[in-house]
Amino acid sequence: MIQLRPDLALIAAHVAPGSRVLDVGCGDGDLLAALRAERGCDARGMEIDTANVAECVARGLSVIQGDADADLAFYQNQSFDYAILSQTLQTTMRPDRVLEDLLRIGKRAFVSFPNFAHWRVRLSLLLGGRMPVTRLLPVAWYETPNIHHVTIADFRALLAARGIRVEQAWFLRGDHRIGDAMANLRAEHAIFLLSR
Amino acid sequence: MADAPILTASAVLDLAQPLPLDGGQSLEGVRVAYETYGALNVDRSNAILICHALTGDQHVASPHPITGKSGWWIRMVGPGLPIDTDRFFIICANVLGGCMGSTGPASPAPDGRPWAMRFPVITIRDMVRAQVALLDALGIAKLHAVVGGSMGGMQALSLAANFPDRTAAALIIASTARHSAQNIAFHEVGRQAIMADPQWQDGDYHGAGNKAGKGPEKGLAVARMAAHITYLSEEGMHEKFGRRLQDREEKTFGFDADFQVESYLRYQGLSFTDRFDANSYLYITRAMDYFDLAEEHGGQLSDAFAGSSARFCLISFDTDWLYPTAESRRIVHALSAAGAPVSFVELSAPFGHDSFLLDVPALDRVVAGFLHQ
Repeated sequence: MIQLRPDLALIAAHVAPGSRVLDVGCGDGDLLAALRAERGCDARGMEIDTANVAECVARGLSVIQGDADADLAFYQNQSFDYAILSQTLQTTMRPDRVLEDLLRIGKRAFVSFPNFAHWRVRLSLLLGGRMPVTRLLPVAWYETPNIHHVTIADFRALLAARGIRVEQAWFLRGDHRIGDAMANLRAEHAIFLLSR
Repeated sequence: MADAPILTASAVLDLAQPLPLDGGQSLEGVRVAYETYGALNVDRSNAILICHALTGDQHVASPHPITGKSGWWIRMVGPGLPIDTDRFFIICANVLGGCMGSTGPASPAPDGRPWAMRFPVITIRDMVRAQVALLDALGIAKLHAVVGGSMGGMQALSLAANFPDRTAAALIIASTARHSAQNIAFHEVGRQAIMADPQWQDGDYHGAGNKAGKGPEKGLAVARMAAHITYLSEEGMHEKFGRRLQDREEKTFGFDADFQVESYLRYQGLSFTDRFDANSYLYITRAMDYFDLAEEHGGQLSDAFAGSSARFCLISFDTDWLYPTAESRRIVHALSAAGAPVSFVELSAPFGHDSFLLDVPALDRVVAGFLHQ
């Protein structure tokens, strides 16, 4: 058993066994390996970092070195049951286009991201007047890969504008799930299952 | 058992059937010289075919019979190495058109004289046909993997595309699905250097009028020198040679090899002529120039892989300007579009195109990981 990050464990638990999955920004391949071993999925990945890709291939995973902003265009329409983008959306140049691509390639898409409207972030900005450095956002503004900070409310607004349906949503505080109530204030992390 | 010698066998296969060629001809009496390492398992499922590059040969992990140098990929192929001879049965054959025992322009034609320029122009796919004929003779229905760097990668691609039932996986390193105008241009320089050498004699340098072994050595050496530049990176060359002078304190104001890089290239060119046939160089470079896998399959590269169920892995190097990363990406995108399971990584290494032959630890890990499944 691979010990997965909480958002990945949640995604893995909701992927139908035997499905075709593309994990965009798959890191060192933990989710792919778990999906393959435990859910019998045909799991493929895309990852930007060379060392991570080498690690994935060395683990026997099918992973392409690529960039979500540039290289998703080459996948066929609806060629996967699920496209997954975990903690990567906020690092892309054009999150809206990446989101559209995910739902073009996958019949459904899992998207997870750190919620920039969590009260700790708000408080840090309100009281300190500085860009927050928190557990989920541990890097200072000038070197963070997170170039498009997003809140749960922002994300929902984008989905509504683009006619994207929310099939399910989960919210995390630390490693624990919390309810939907005031999620935009209380959740550190959000995971959405989306479809057209 | 790490100290035990690898179980190695050298052999020659005479094809019983004529080999059909892309040029429309059919070649009788084709001979394939090959080496094997390790042991074939009972269900014949552990075979890996390694395809060599332009000037490579079947001596992948055994000493070269002419130069005495170690095999060209001993850092990759051997017991416990990424291409593990304890686990896999490794086959490496001299390509069709080559000069190390397989049929090529220096081989005797039916009239007993060397084929020379009467040898038919061959293609990468023709080379692969000869490889597949060898697999047939060895009783290997399906390879565990076909592996190749550079021109070897072209063969690996061609085998996976044209004989999709014959391999479960294809590993393509520092290669391309087609020769670019720049690639063709460099090869043309080499060919013209050979043909401009008076000793070439329209390819008929094997004749009795010639001293034994005396061919267009100067032309072949120049061809090798030009090609060798394309195998290195600008940065790597600068680091290795800079503007340093060769065994002298000052420039001579002449045309001796003042610079180390000149001396190195001259040596590379000269030593190459000891082990390579000039006409083979013409024919093999021509085969590479003709290579365009998409063109073979109606113009759409992804269509080349439509019938394939193999796993693919492509590796490029950031300093390789001969077959740059963009060429590997084209293949990867075509494979993705075809729905094939494909991995791709661009590795960082300072050695240019030659990186696939040299010490790149990440390469070892990726190769081992991809093959050991």
